[in-house]
Amino acid sequence: MKISEQWLREWVSPAMDTEALAHQITMAGLEVDAIETVAEAFSGVVVAEIISVEPHPDADKLRVCQVNTGEGTVQVVCGASNARVGLRTALAQVGAELPGELRIKRAKLRGVESQGMLCAEQELGLAKASDGLLELAFDAPVGSDLRSYLNLDDQVIDISITPNRADCLSISGIAREVGLLNDLVVNVPEYAAASESTTDVIPVAVQASEHCPRYVGRVIKNVDMSRPSPTWLQEKLRRCGIRTIDAVVDVTNYVLLELGQPMHAFDLGKLQGGLEVRLARSGESVELLDGQTITLRPDTLVIADSGGPLAIAGIMGGRASAVSSATRDLFLESAFFAPSLLAGKARSYSLHTDSSHRFERGVDFRMQVAAMERATRLLLDIVGGEVGPLVEVVATKNLPARSNVLLRAARIEKVLGFGLPVPEVERILRGLGLGVTATADGWDCSVPSWRFDIAIEADLLEELARVYGYNRLPVSHIHADLELKSRPEARLPLRDLRRHLCARGYREAITYSFVDPELQRVFDPEVTPVALTNPISAEMAVMRTSLLPGLLGAVLHNMNRQQPRVRLFETGLRFLPGDAGLRQVPTLAMVCTGQRFPESWATPGDATDFYDLKGDLESLIALTRNPGQYQFAPASRPALHPGQSAAITRTGQVAGYLGALHPAVAARLGISAPLYLCEIELDGLQEGEMTVFRDLSKFPEIRRDLAVIVDKSTPAARLMADVRAVAGTYLTDLRLFDVYTGKGIDPKRKSLALGLTFRDQSRTLGDEDVSLAMGQVIDLLEKNYNAELRN
Amino acid sequence: MENLEPLADKARAAIAAAADGAALEKLRVDYLGKKGLVTNLLKNLASLSAEDRPGAGALINAVKQELQDLIGARKLALDASAVEARLAQETIDVTLPGRGQSAGSVHPVTRTIERIEDFFSAIGFDVVEGPEIEDDYYNFEALNIPAHHPARAMHDTFYVDEHTVLRTHTSPVQVRVMESQQPPLRIICPGRVYRCDSDLTHSPMFHQVEGLLIDEHSSFADLKGLIQDFLRAFFERELSVRFRPSYFPFTEPSAEVDMQCVNCGGQGCRVCSQTGWIEIIGCGMVHPRVFGFSGIDTEKYAGFAFGMGVERLAMLRYGVNDLRLFFDNDLRFLEQF
Repeated sequence: MKISEQWLREWVSPAMDTEALAHQITMAGLEVDAIETVAEAFSGVVVAEIISVEPHPDADKLRVCQVNTGEGTVQVVCGASNARVGLRTALAQVGAELPGELRIKRAKLRGVESQGMLCAEQELGLAKASDGLLELAFDAPVGSDLRSYLNLDDQVIDISITPNRADCLSISGIAREVGLLNDLVVNVPEYAAASESTTDVIPVAVQASEHCPRYVGRVIKNVDMSRPSPTWLQEKLRRCGIRTIDAVVDVTNYVLLELGQPMHAFDLGKLQGGLEVRLARSGESVELLDGQTITLRPDTLVIADSGGPLAIAGIMGGRASAVSSATRDLFLESAFFAPSLLAGKARSYSLHTDSSHRFERGVDFRMQVAAMERATRLLLDIVGGEVGPLVEVVATKNLPARSNVLLRAARIEKVLGFGLPVPEVERILRGLGLGVTATADGWDCSVPSWRFDIAIEADLLEELARVYGYNRLPVSHIHADLELKSRPEARLPLRDLRRHLCARGYREAITYSFVDPELQRVFDPEVTPVALTNPISAEMAVMRTSLLPGLLGAVLHNMNRQQPRVRLFETGLRFLPGDAGLRQVPTLAMVCTGQRFPESWATPGDATDFYDLKGDLESLIALTRNPGQYQFAPASRPALHPGQSAAITRTGQVAGYLGALHPAVAARLGISAPLYLCEIELDGLQEGEMTVFRDLSKFPEIRRDLAVIVDKSTPAARLMADVRAVAGTYLTDLRLFDVYTGKGIDPKRKSLALGLTFRDQSRTLGDEDVSLAMGQVIDLLEKNYNAELRN
Repeated sequence: MENLEPLADKARAAIAAAADGAALEKLRVDYLGKKGLVTNLLKNLASLSAEDRPGAGALINAVKQELQDLIGARKLALDASAVEARLAQETIDVTLPGRGQSAGSVHPVTRTIERIEDFFSAIGFDVVEGPEIEDDYYNFEALNIPAHHPARAMHDTFYVDEHTVLRTHTSPVQVRVMESQQPPLRIICPGRVYRCDSDLTHSPMFHQVEGLLIDEHSSFADLKGLIQDFLRAFFERELSVRFRPSYFPFTEPSAEVDMQCVNCGGQGCRVCSQTGWIEIIGCGMVHPRVFGFSGIDTEKYAGFAFGMGVERLAMLRYGVNDLRLFFDNDLRFLEQF
């Protein structure tokens, strides 16, 4: 909320400069976002009146004006289209200094003498842009200094008011705070009731009084809409960020800013019969002031006449009944609408107004009559008219309940960490407008009608802390009973897994959890992902069911920046909808492409392949101390190369996938190099096993190597598992140390070279022990794998 | 006997000239072997008179001993130079870069979260995580933000359906912990959060760490001390910290914490919008209504909560000037951490 400092100071004026004032209210919870000067520095500018306008003899767009400066008449050449006889405007006299270090000198414009410059708002730094000369009120005192006439030595203070402090959405509310903080009395103007000069009233029937506990209305007849609101009023509105419309709208806005009470003015002549405050009927609609027509829902409160809705209560008025230059008679509204029932309504129609902003957060429910009198007085002063009686419809039982709040002295000490002195407590509470009665152990406080955020003791503690000053409160260190907690050693912390991958050359990426549905479909065509109802863009519309689309995006980003070698991993949740409900699964994904090793004199420039990624994954699995629980089996998987992809199972359950990106998908994404991906559930990977020590054998080991030729399609893992199963208990290690295809081998076959290591715990093995085992192995290979020995 | 000295001279010269072990061995055999020249002289001693024999024998043995020593010395010299030659031949350029994978790195956001976790685990906080697609109840209701509350507008929520959101903060994890565990509680909750907002300074996804402490004697003074200590530890420097009243529906009193700008030391710069202060943490005493949702006795227990944006902390810590860099995953960015 923007406020004029001068306006605030009319209410309360502490002896401190703008900066200090801004700091003070910021530290009290009214955060100042910005301070702007109302006008840039300038001098030598006076109010002047144009007394004649003649065309320039040598320039179509220029005119020669005779201008009354109050001390005489000067000739000024001017190009503005609104230069006209009788206009009172700003004259920068010879010698004036304007913003931008512009100094006004006597000059000739196309041969015609000009003694000064008539100014637009922009030239005076009053506005960022302007169209034509500054237009001052018809009664602006000619010859007076413009700065003092417009009171321009003022600052606009922009305060960000939190949703709980609706009471500070007005000059009067902020003044109340400033008064309390500085222990100053606030000048609250008295608004005497206007004397009635007509008996006209409009009957008001409030049918939904729980929505509208108080409705105050008044007729004002025979107003003169040709009269604009005075400069001082327009200036105050302008500084608070509100545009001048006409005197009536300006006055309602003025009261909104000053007292925080939203008001509305209807053109009495457009009303049919009495007014109703009621919920909308289904199918009803209203054309609003901003020109849009809204179809109303039955949960929406409206102000209606016999012809239907005129306005959405507390949100925006309607066009049909709006005040215009043709208006003669007014009906003014000053109401209290219940915050809880109005909350969210404006938003539901995509509306947000100064009025709805305040009503949703809570308007002082005792302010309506005072605001009406304030507005009446202002209107009489500006547009005249005859005042009708004040009509008030109130449902007291529906006004907000204000229960007293008990505050215990002991609680202050417990929560704030120190005992605030009693006189200070009482000063603060009373300064906030609370009624304070001492009790045996503290105070019984009644809450004023403008505070919607004080209902429990904690609220009062906050007020005390806030006004006293958070930074004056003590600082201490936490105390706790130190209990040593156990941690499962077997469980692998995620940070260990991350560090392991980093050591193997991977960098961690973090990609968005929402992805492009199209790319997602490529990876997971069978899963309908969780979709956002309000995504930030079409490319971020669904929650990922796989980390791979995001990682691929990161790879592409780097490939497009001349980084052909990329090794990335990410950990995070995948979101898997299912019959049993949504599962949010912690997952690890890895991707690698480009050369196996960073380019170097020492390593060949081979491209990375499937087994690099698999090796990295296996090394990670080895950290669990139970690598055997994971199995790899050929699998076909969308987006992966059918001949180079594997399902990873853990104790029989699919835990992830590993493979090469399908060439067709790669081509579609513009990736030409082979790229390998894997994705695996983290829960299993983190579930390690505890080490159980095995005694070291004192006896030597015996190694036997064996090369066999088997069908090319034979999965090595199965063959090795079978070998392990028949090789007997002395087998301590089995390695596949060579795989050969090519010259000398049937093209449909391959040669596998196995190294078997045998050892016993209790004796040195003999040849016969090992030969027996080797015999069983060879037997198995020949029978089950159609193997030939190769020697 | 008269030819002993010329023989010895010849042998000395030959030993000195021997080029390798084999030549030396041949000399040893030629002179000192069973049929060697010196050996033969000793054999011929018998032909001398008994009185000449001891003198001559001593001379010959002296020569024999000398030659043996010379051969030994020459052998050591030859071995040493052979080793040296081999070493010279095996010399490599030790300044060439080493072989193998280069090291990767963890993401700066992870690094920052891990540091925060470490500070707080050291004083007894547990790290807890929770779901990112969250019920409206945990994200809002149980945190005292009912439907249509104006504070909801502050959150720019992504919706999955009417009752399900992408969590807008990690505070729902606190609610889940309060529901399932009894105080005293000391937890921090790091993780991804989502807000429907995207521009230069807002990302639709970012990370938060929230902390919660509940026990019988925690106070606002403790909260101030903890936050102050944390910021000094995190930035490894003394810096001014101030607490400013603010509003969060789930805390009362609520505070925004500003710290002295780490870029300019409080002088005012682009990073702190010339104010010298940077808003860094939101915090407050847990609202009694939030305790009420979880059935915690508000008379017995008090607690405080605090929340901070991880990217913001990382940007200030490392001087990163663009929020979007965290999610581009550009290797040139990642490899700096």
